[in-house]
Amino acid sequence: MLTKRIIPCLDVENGQVVKGTRFKDLKYAGNPVEMARQYYQEGADELTFLDIGASPQEKETVLELVKKVAREIFIPLTVGGGIRTKEDVARALEAGADKVAICTAALKNPDLITQGAENFGSQCIVLSIDAGFSDDTWYAFTHGGRTNSGKKAIDWALEAQELGAGEILLNSIDRDGTLDGYDLELLGEISSRVNIPVIASGGAGKLEHFAEGIITGGADAVLVASLLHYKQTSIKLIKEYLKTKGVPVRC
Amino acid sequence: MTIGVINYGAGNLYSVTNALTYLEKPFKMITGPQEMDQINSLIFPGVGSFAAAVNELKKRELFIPIKSWLDNNRPYLGICLGMQLLFSRSSESPEARGFGVLAGRVEKFRAKRIPQIGWNQVSWVKRNPLSYHLQGDPFFYFLHSYYVCGGKGQAPWTLGLTTYENNTYTSAVNLENIWGVQFHPEKSGPEGLQLLKNWLDWEGDRGANQENYSLPGC
Repeated sequence: MLTKRIIPCLDVENGQVVKGTRFKDLKYAGNPVEMARQYYQEGADELTFLDIGASPQEKETVLELVKKVAREIFIPLTVGGGIRTKEDVARALEAGADKVAICTAALKNPDLITQGAENFGSQCIVLSIDAGFSDDTWYAFTHGGRTNSGKKAIDWALEAQELGAGEILLNSIDRDGTLDGYDLELLGEISSRVNIPVIASGGAGKLEHFAEGIITGGADAVLVASLLHYKQTSIKLIKEYLKTKGVPVRC
Repeated sequence: MTIGVINYGAGNLYSVTNALTYLEKPFKMITGPQEMDQINSLIFPGVGSFAAAVNELKKRELFIPIKSWLDNNRPYLGICLGMQLLFSRSSESPEARGFGVLAGRVEKFRAKRIPQIGWNQVSWVKRNPLSYHLQGDPFFYFLHSYYVCGGKGQAPWTLGLTTYENNTYTSAVNLENIWGVQFHPEKSGPEGLQLLKNWLDWEGDRGANQENYSLPGC
């Protein structure tokens, strides 16, 4: 049986792992290579690196980091942040990434999804949706959660699936770093209507939240940051807990 | 012993070559037919669509050399699409023809979620060198929308089975020196590396010689 994936997410700025709340108030969380090694040894199913710095030099730092990690860590690696062109996708894959997560650039230029899927395969194009609640529903935001694109999250998810995205990484801006749990309504709406896998992100604060995200929200995978970075729990504990709830996991 | 890794410009080869480097196994990238003369075993990590791979191989004059390599029963490990190409047809690209060295076809999953992405288990249907040092039904990383369909009953080349949603399908194949895995051993942690090492060591011990071969315990 296909198992549900636990994916540690490392937000990288100035070569260091940071973590914020609601996409703000970033704090230092550790050294990326050491953390990646540790999570690999503990049984992470994949790793995601999000480059949250804006500068071009930052991009190089993250690619160098991925290059280093890919030589010793043999699980799928996703790189996101600042992927704007087909060439950026190629460079991330050349550095050793298996997938790229595209957010703002895909909303500005949806053709990037199609181009990426045609050139490198759908399997490596992860559409990252930063979803924020506004008026009566969730919208896809750009620029690190600062700008409402005006497109409803669900419409964008369905459109991106048609364009060739292989997976959806669904981030709840309102829950990011809050430890209040995943936004189950948002998650349920998206995961029940698309047929590509959905990765839940934003808000996990205790073990129960992972089970909720998967069982109630219908997520195929969960992204974890704060809880792991600040050693509130471990991958092993998350998996053991999920097992007791009847969720299939690899361990 | 030189390992060749097929590079047809589409796949992400770095994970395979990183794994080989980690395992301290020297390899050569194969980008054209001449280079096929310099190797003893062949790894084909394929990604993308069935037809695109066939067309790219033909463009690089690699299709016929690989087909003869397989017809001569030389050591081959196909990964993902590299396994699917051992068959002649895929519903992904009805007009394209693969190498056709195994009888069967490649079909699209009928599932709630496509592609299958993530870690799933392989049950070996027989003892085999790939499973050496791996306990029980090991987990590997899968990423695919199409799967190998052996028709009714079990095909003689079926080596491993995996269940996705309601479908139990062939996730590993073997016929003499030809091997294929649907999953990505190069992305499957220590167990995946062990499987790759098993294949490389097995091949290294006996090459294309079928005799003096005994199954290791599994």
